Order: sequence, then structure tokens, then C-alpha cells
Amino acid sequence: MRKAERLIKRTMPAVAGAAAAALLLAGCGGASVNQTAAAAGATGTPCGSVNVAMNAWVGYTADAAVYSYVAKNKLGCTVVQKDLNEQVSWQGFASGEVDVIIENWGHADLTKQYITDQKVAVDAGSTGNEGHIGWYVPPWMAEKYPDITDGQNLNKYASMFTTSESGGKGQVLDGDPAFVTNDEALVKNLNLDYKVVFAGSEAALIQSFRTAEQNKTPLLGYFYEPQWFLSEVPLKKVNLPKWTEGCDANPEKVACDYPTYKLNKIISKKLDDSGSPAAKLAKGFTWTNEDQNSVATDIQGGMTPEAAAKKWVDAHQSVVDGWLS
Amino acid sequence: MSALLQERATAQPTPAIATEPRRRPSRRTVLLLTAAAIWILGFLVLNGTSTLALPASELTDLHRSLNQFNAWVAANRADNPVFLYIFTPLRSAVDAVANLFTTTFAATTTGLRLPEIGWLGTVALLTWIALAVGNIRVALLTAAVFVFFGIQGLFVEATYTFALVLTSVLLTLLVGIPLGVLAGIYGRVARVITPVLDFMQTLPTFVYLAPLALVFLIGPASAVIATVIYAAPPVIRLTAHGIRRIPDNTREASDSLGTTGLQRLLTLQLPMARRTIVMGINQGTMAALSMVTIAALIAAPGLGQTVVRALQSLDVGTAVNAGLSIVLLAIVLDRVTTAASRRAEPGFARKRSASPKTRFIFLAVALAGVLVMVQLSRTMLWAAAFPQDLNVGPAIVQAVNAASHWLQSNLSLFTVSLREGVTNGILNPFQSLLTDTPFYILVIVIALVAYALGGWKLAALTTACLGVIIYLGLWSDSMVTLAGTLVATAVVMVLGIVFGVAMGRSSRVDQLMRPLLDAGQTMPSFVYLVPFLGLFGATRFTAIVAGIIYAAPVAIKITADGIGGISPTVVESAVASGSTPWQVITKVQLPMARQSLALAANQGLIYVLAMVVVGALVGAGGLGYDVVAGFVQSSIFGKGLAAGLAIVFLGIMLDRMTQAAAAAPARRIPSPIT
Repeated sequence: MRKAERLIKRTMPAVAGAAAAALLLAGCGGASVNQTAAAAGATGTPCGSVNVAMNAWVGYTADAAVYSYVAKNKLGCTVVQKDLNEQVSWQGFASGEVDVIIENWGHADLTKQYITDQKVAVDAGSTGNEGHIGWYVPPWMAEKYPDITDGQNLNKYASMFTTSESGGKGQVLDGDPAFVTNDEALVKNLNLDYKVVFAGSEAALIQSFRTAEQNKTPLLGYFYEPQWFLSEVPLKKVNLPKWTEGCDANPEKVACDYPTYKLNKIISKKLDDSGSPAAKLAKGFTWTNEDQNSVATDIQGGMTPEAAAKKWVDAHQSVVDGWLS
Repeated sequence: MSALLQERATAQPTPAIATEPRRRPSRRTVLLLTAAAIWILGFLVLNGTSTLALPASELTDLHRSLNQFNAWVAANRADNPVFLYIFTPLRSAVDAVANLFTTTFAATTTGLRLPEIGWLGTVALLTWIALAVGNIRVALLTAAVFVFFGIQGLFVEATYTFALVLTSVLLTLLVGIPLGVLAGIYGRVARVITPVLDFMQTLPTFVYLAPLALVFLIGPASAVIATVIYAAPPVIRLTAHGIRRIPDNTREASDSLGTTGLQRLLTLQLPMARRTIVMGINQGTMAALSMVTIAALIAAPGLGQTVVRALQSLDVGTAVNAGLSIVLLAIVLDRVTTAASRRAEPGFARKRSASPKTRFIFLAVALAGVLVMVQLSRTMLWAAAFPQDLNVGPAIVQAVNAASHWLQSNLSLFTVSLREGVTNGILNPFQSLLTDTPFYILVIVIALVAYALGGWKLAALTTACLGVIIYLGLWSDSMVTLAGTLVATAVVMVLGIVFGVAMGRSSRVDQLMRPLLDAGQTMPSFVYLVPFLGLFGATRFTAIVAGIIYAAPVAIKITADGIGGISPTVVESAVASGSTPWQVITKVQLPMARQSLALAANQGLIYVLAMVVVGALVGAGGLGYDVVAGFVQSSIFGKGLAAGLAIVFLGIMLDRMTQAAAAAPARRIPSPIT
């Protein structure tokens, strides 16, 4: 019994402490500096809190930064940003983890699953940006080998693109495995003597293209616009068989180029129904590729996303007012 | 770790392999040579046939049915009774607990997003808890580290991670201690549970995420559930071990006083097993931290997210800054729980200087001070959010980035040629030896090796594992992963032998190295990727280097213990008979430590495998890539799930083969004089 007593004695202080802390919390529940300050900050219709999914490319960061900045500073919302992969973010609509995806690239299957079938998300309209995905080469290659931009000639140049990672074939450098990609299927279905290798991220892709242009080394890779980097190094697109409606319906059998994506915003049904000004802002938000690139370039140049967003919003007051009216 | 290892090592069946008379090669050598010959012949003659390669974009019917299962779960989540009455309530309950802790320590989702207890209160409260369960030294360490999180500009992230670890550990104890008690008291429960625990501990952290997110969706709740599953095995094992270890006569003495089962449990078994149980809490906590960081991929907030984002944008500075926080948090959690286990040691009370009463009063006074600070941190802004002017995070990030750029531009010739040399010279040829040989040849070869090491039973087990991998449709990717794992393990063993021998032979080297190795072992696997990504870019090589560094400490320690455990008289007699140090090492110490070496290889393999999979985040291919891609692309979800299973079976196979090698009887030790 002595030991049990000692055990109780030892744990007593901890239990007492926890109990006291809990009492204290309960006692001062309403008086926290958190809530008082919030009440002072908010103006107009209460906005509450909004969860913004953060996907991993700088263009997305630019959109999300401007959206968050306006929601926070003009509408008094509490913005919670969550770093999530593209498709994983959609799951967040079902679990309540995500309210806003601010730049969505297609995803017909997820649209069907979450908007049509489960009805947990809502299409909030176009961002005003047009997205292109494709295979690109650095400009020096397009100059030296003019016919390389025709996808039919790729096999002729395959040996130039071999690396230690590509197993004797030519290398197609992809970005993050989470990005929208048909490249594995394209290589197979177009009978290309290539192997897809993942660089792992947008940053790694950009670094590879930059080095390839500087050192005049061969590189073939996945890339996309709107994209700030294209104004630094104007990569040249390789033309694959033209996209036609439905040619990419079966992901295993794709043998055509990527479609043109009308980038749009997706918000949760929950946010849409709440009547929060954050939902209105999400629906109103539209801008041009140049706008996105200017914010993205600032972020890439070392500004914090918030500062870059402030700079753009201050310079485009009327556009922002248009979103909110 | 060591307690676990010993338990595992002694639990091995010892297969009887008859040794043939001297001068003739043993049967095992003949079998192994035959296997090698078949492999090389098969590779040369049948190169490229029956390789079962599956292009990355293609699925098998099995993968498609798993995909359909995914869609089915999504469609029926709302009204299927299993979800309605079991999974969804479980998720909500765990979510509520996680929410309680994250809003208390990290951030709320309203207003200024300040937590219920601001930074000052959090630091004070945690310091006090460290003091109450540990001692003044760990309390000071806790205070210093948590203030440093603020200085790094990562206080909110660090407290998110801490709150999730806390939630997970509490739930783990809730599940693990009762199970451990049952397993400790009833041998039958232990026999059922042990293989399950073995299985759970072979699983790399990564593999848990996709199936759990399928059932419990993304978010902190599934992160906590994944963590509980990952952290429970050490808690269950050590609790059971602690209870089983109580001497029979102590138990009988208590029984003779007429105690009932419950009384015996509360007054004898639990108190006597307390120290071992607290050791289990220590190991469970470290496992939890490692899982919580990786769970960033399923939307668990905290330091893990900062690291993932930094890895994605190649921002080495930010990754190092956040990685440093994770390391410091690991050190604090380790030290505090270790101090708590010392305090739980029988007889600790007598050694203490202050009497329990003085201590009690001191703690009570300190608690009053803590409560004042908690109250302050709820009402004053400066005590609620960590002051921004003290934030030197950006400076740290910039300094590290500058250093990393300098290294990259000045060492690139060295790092690139090293990477290309190793990849082209060793990794690619070895990988093609595995991927380009027909699968049936490799199955025969591996079964032969297994037979040589552990007899029919092991051969049957490995063949079954390989059969499952073939059924899963991922043979070729499994061979890519196997190649990376074996190359990394070979290097780990070289490091293990070099440093292990140095440590085993000199106590000074041992004292110098051991704290480093201990620190290395407490770190979550994730953190190891960061520096190598900065040096080598995203390739298979990077993942392998990270795996080597991750697995080396455990291999070095086991080898050192094996060498250090050899009777000094044997070594002295060898020295006395004129052997050079080199002869002593190669002819006496290494052969006598053979079992330790095999055990080191076993643990090294398991660690490397875990890392090679996580390494998919920085460009490793094979199964790890399938898991990552399946996780982020719903069209190949089924393939990712299958790849997770393939990793498990690969792990079981490697584990059993190396365990059999460790358990096999040693060969006759040759005379030291030649």
C-alpha cells in the first residue's frame, strides 16, 4: 500500500495543477485578449474563419496571398492557410478542413465526386487565368535544333537527354508527383524512347531549366503557365498530338497534348451557405496572368507573400473593390 | 531500443544447420555459391525477359479494384453503418481531443488566432510539468528550448506539433497500457499480440498515411490515429515486459496474503513495472514525434508542414530552421521522459536531497507563479503572442541559405561527380542486376539463400512474401527499392564495423561517440532529408545517403556493444601471442561479434528501408514513389496502396532473413596466429 500511496502523492501535484489550470481557463473564458482584439478588428458583416488550401506552386501562392490579404484586412476574416497537395485538398471539403481552393486545374473526376455526387463543394467561377501544361525545352535548344519542338522528332533526340536517373533512355523531367500529369502515359502511348523522372517540386524544375539554359545542356521537361519564370527564360513548348475533346478520358490511354485549362476556384458548400463575405470574395476574385506573374515574381524575389499581396492590392484598389461589390 | 532489440534477438528460433567436416566448404557456402551462380547466369542469359515491369502509368486489375474501393468509401461514407457508427464517431472524438490541446497551446481558429494559453503561460506550465515529473535540469532545458522556438519564429508551429504529440501519447497510453498489462499477465494474449506488433514496427511511417486518410479523411484526427497506431507497439511491449519481469517469488508472497487479481495489479505489478512502463512512454513519445511530423502530408499542422513546404520549394534555410526545432523538441521530450523514468526507479526517493514535503511545497509555490503567468498570457498581448522583434528566424534562414548556396556553387564539382559516380558505377548496375533478371530466377535465388540461412520454413516464408509482391503487380518497383536498400545497408555495415570496432576497442572513442549516436537516433527520419537535398538535389542517391545516415547510429551501437562484449582475456591472449591489432580485429573480434554484426545488419536494413521510402519525397523511385504518387493522385490510389503493402512484405522478408542469419550458430573461429 505504501507504494501506491507514494504513487498517488507524486501524481497529485500534476493532477492538482491540471485541475487548477482548467478552472482558471473556465473562469476567464470570455476575457481572453484573443477575442477582445478580434472584436475590435472586425467591421461590417462578421466573417468568421476561412480555411485556404495552399498548393505548392508559386502561382497558386500568389492567388492565395492576395485572397488571404483582402479577406483578412478588408473583411476582418480569420484566415487559416493549410499546406496541402492538390488532390488531397479536395478531400478537405468532405472533412471540413478546407473552405477555399483558389486555383483549380481541371480535375473532372474530383469535380464529379465532391461537387456533383457528395455536394460538399461548389464551383466559385473562373480566376480569369488560362492554364497551359506541356513539355518544354530551353530556348537555346529550340534555336539549335528547330525541329525539336515537333513531338514527332523527339525519339531522334532521345540519346541527348539521357541522365544517370533515366536508365539509358531520354529523360522527361516532371515536377511534383502531385501535379496534374499524363506524362507517364504519354511516353508509353506515343512510343517515345523516354523515361519520366520526377524533380520533386516546382522549385527543382525551375532550377533545372535555369541551369540548362545557362550551361547550354539539354533538358526536356514538364512546365506550365501562367508562370513567372517564363519571363526570365522563355522556354519553348514541344507540340504533342493536338488535344481533342475526350482524348484524355482514360488516364492510362492518353496519347494527346494537355487541354487548355480554364482555372477556377472551388469553395466548400459550408462556406457558400454561411453567407460569409469570404465566400463572396472567393466568387468575385478574378485577375489576369500578368497580375499573377507580377505577384509571383515579387514572392520569388524574396518578398513575403503577404507583402507582395499588399503591394499589388494597393496598386489595384479599384479591381479589388470590384470583387467585393 | 536496446531492451526491444534484446527481446527480439533472444526470441529467435535457432535453426539447426549441420556443419560438414572441416576442409570441405560448408553446405551453406555451397548453397550460397549456387544461388549466386544461378543469379549471374540468369542475368546474362535471360537478361530483360520476364521482368514483370509495369509502366508507371499502368494499373493492374487489383489496383483498379482498390481504386473502386476508394470511390466506394467516398460515396458511402455518409450512410454506411460501419462509418456512421464506428469510424465517424471515433474521428470526431479524436478530433475533439486534438482540438482541445491545439487550441490550448497553439492557436484557435477565431479572432487573432491566439491560443488559450499564450507563449508565456505555455513555457511556464511546461517547465513546471518538467520539474514535477523530472528534475530542475530538464525543467531549465524545457524553458530554454521553448523560448528558442519563439526566437526561431516557429513558436506556433512547434506548439502545434507538441500539442499533437501530447494528444497522441495520451491516447496511446490509454490503449497501450491496458493491452500491455493483459499481454504481461496472460501468455496467450502476448502470443497473439507479438506478431501484430512485429508487423506494425516493420511498417515505415509513410505507409500508414494513405489507408488512414481513406478511412478517416485528412486532418489532425487521422494524424493522431496514425500516430497512436505507430507509437503503441513500444508502449505495449515494454509494459508487458515490465510486468512479466517481476520475480515469481514476489508474486507468490503477495498471493499468499490473499490479494485478488485487481489488488495485485494495482499494488504490486503496476508499481513494480513502473520504470519499464515509463521507458515505454519515452519510446512511444519519440515514435509519436516522428509520425506527427510526417503526418503533415495529411494536413496535420505544425513543424512538419514547414519542412514539407520547404522541401517543395528547395528552401534549405527554412527546412534547416524547422528541422532544428524538431530536433530540439525531440531532445526535450526524450530528456524529460528519461528523467521521469529515473524518478520512477525504486529507491530514487532515498537518494534525493530534499524531503518529499519540501519538494511538495516548492512545487505548489511554483505552480502559483505558473498560474499567474498563464493568466497574464491570456490578458496581455505581449505574453500571448511571441514578440516579433525577438524573431531571428529570417536571419537564420538567410544565413543557412547563403551557406547552402556557397556549398552548392563551390562543392558542386565534388557533389555532382560523387553522385554521378556512385549512381552510374554502383547503383545502376546493381539495380539492373535485380530488375533485368527474370523474376523466377530471383525467386529461386532468394529462396535458396533463405534456405541456407534458416531452413525450409524461412524459404517458404520468403517465397510467400515474393509471391504476394508479384500478386500486387509491383515486382519491378520492389526490386528498385530493394537495390537502393541493399546498397545503403552495405555502406551502413561498413560504417558500423569501422566505428563500432573503434568504439568497442577504446572507451574514450565510445564516450565521445555515444551521445552523438543517441541524439541521431531520437530524430525523426524526415529531418535527415533536408541537408542532403541541399547538397545533392532530388535523386535516388540523396535518399540513399539520408538512409545511410539515418541507419548508421543503430548499426554502430550494436556492433560496438558486440565488440565490447567479447571477453578481454581472449583479446589479451591474442595480443600476447604476438598478433597485430589488425589481426586481432579481423581474426578475433569481428568473427566473435558475428551475431551482433548480423543483428546490426537487421536493424540497419529496417531503418534504411523506412528512409528509402520517405526518400520518395526527394526523388527516390520504386515503391516509395508509388506510395507518394498514389497518395496525391486519386487515379493511381490503388497502386499506392498496393505499394504500401509491397513494402511491408519486402520488410518482413528482409527482417526474417537477417534475423535468421543472426541466430545461426557461429562458425569455428580460426586460430589468431597464421
